[in-house]
Amino acid sequence: MWREYLFPRSIREALEVLNAHGGDARIIAGGTDLVLQRKQGTCAASIAVDISRIPNLDTIKASPNHILIGAMVTHGQVAASPLIRDHAPVLAQACGKVGGPQTRNVGTLVGNVINGLPAADSAIALTALDAEAEVTSTEGAEWQSVRSLYLGVGQTCVDSCAQIVTALRFRPLRSAQGNAYERLAKRRSLILPILAVAAVAEVVDGRYGDVRIAMGPVAPIPFRAEAAEALLRGRPIGKEAIGLAAIEAAEAAHPRDSVLRGSHEYRQAMVEVLTQRALARATEAAG
Amino acid sequence: MPTLTMVLNGHQTSVEVEAGDLLVDVLRDRLQLIGTKIGCGEGECGACTVLVDGLAVTSCIYPALKADGCHVTTIEGLKTDGKLHAIQEAFIQCTAAQCGYCTPGMIMSAYALLSENPDPTVEEIKTSVSGNLCRCTGYYQIVEAIQLAARKLADEGADS
Repeated sequence: MWREYLFPRSIREALEVLNAHGGDARIIAGGTDLVLQRKQGTCAASIAVDISRIPNLDTIKASPNHILIGAMVTHGQVAASPLIRDHAPVLAQACGKVGGPQTRNVGTLVGNVINGLPAADSAIALTALDAEAEVTSTEGAEWQSVRSLYLGVGQTCVDSCAQIVTALRFRPLRSAQGNAYERLAKRRSLILPILAVAAVAEVVDGRYGDVRIAMGPVAPIPFRAEAAEALLRGRPIGKEAIGLAAIEAAEAAHPRDSVLRGSHEYRQAMVEVLTQRALARATEAAG
Repeated sequence: MPTLTMVLNGHQTSVEVEAGDLLVDVLRDRLQLIGTKIGCGEGECGACTVLVDGLAVTSCIYPALKADGCHVTTIEGLKTDGKLHAIQEAFIQCTAAQCGYCTPGMIMSAYALLSENPDPTVEEIKTSVSGNLCRCTGYYQIVEAIQLAARKLADEGADS
């Protein structure tokens, strides 16, 4: 598995160890993806740098403008957090669907983002929340949009042999912003979704304001149905608007034929169905 | 070789491990605690479930050194003074085991649930074992056993 297993006591120490080994040392948080990658031979780094003993990485907290989630926060913690359930329920719901209880007890939200799968429930919810990630290296720390980290299936622009994502943040939802998470999968646990849609809909005086519709897997990276979002802005809320937006989202998403997830036709039809359901629930929850 | 030190089933335990060892292999091969089973080796079936600091984890993908300084509970740790735990008795009573291979993992997930939630709903029970696969029973007897165990534990608590 690994020839060394190290526990740095600070982010700085972790970065020093990474740099000292020039690509042969890699960050591990919970390891629920990374251990499998080592078993399968798809991760070359032979030294594990475990960040779970670094203080203050396992907290969820509110700052004046954001909710902050530390690098060691698990999916289970997010799903159970009163702060997240109140201010970003879509993320709590999404995290509650990842794997099974054992996976959620160990696997971290940041680790899920780094793993780079467009089917990841966390990715979809974080994309709908316009979340940002703090990418830290010896050069300093920089906030980047989570969406911009994704390069392709299983790939992000974060180099875990040289950089650490130390936190995620997003603006808490206001009461005018309803949200909903819809998920289609072959079974209810221990499985990635065929399709999941996260919707955040702002309603002001009976009309849509800012709307965000994120989904996956329909593309190599998490997908925002921006044309559908634009279509809704300013429109009176209701079935007609939702129906049009759902059709638009289905047309913009181009899921291909997949052995795991179904034909192109089926997947595209499901985009319309789940988008319609997510928007309906989010609209009702708004205000 | 690094040393893994933990409180294992209530006893301070130190064992030499390789840096890359996984917890299930240390438990089974170095400590001869073979109650914990390996089903898939990928963290997808729950047969290898043990508790680390009270949380259920799939030990087949859990690096052993992560457990350093922690409390680890395996199926062997549930019996006290030769007497089976209420959950174990309930599984027997409800015929919740056939081949028995998923059973230690199921019981550990149930133990984690009932330690935190002594009066779970059926949905909560099902969620607690939703990371544990069983190929034999169809799950009904397992859910019944956990319900029975909750009642037994409540009665035990009332008596003490």
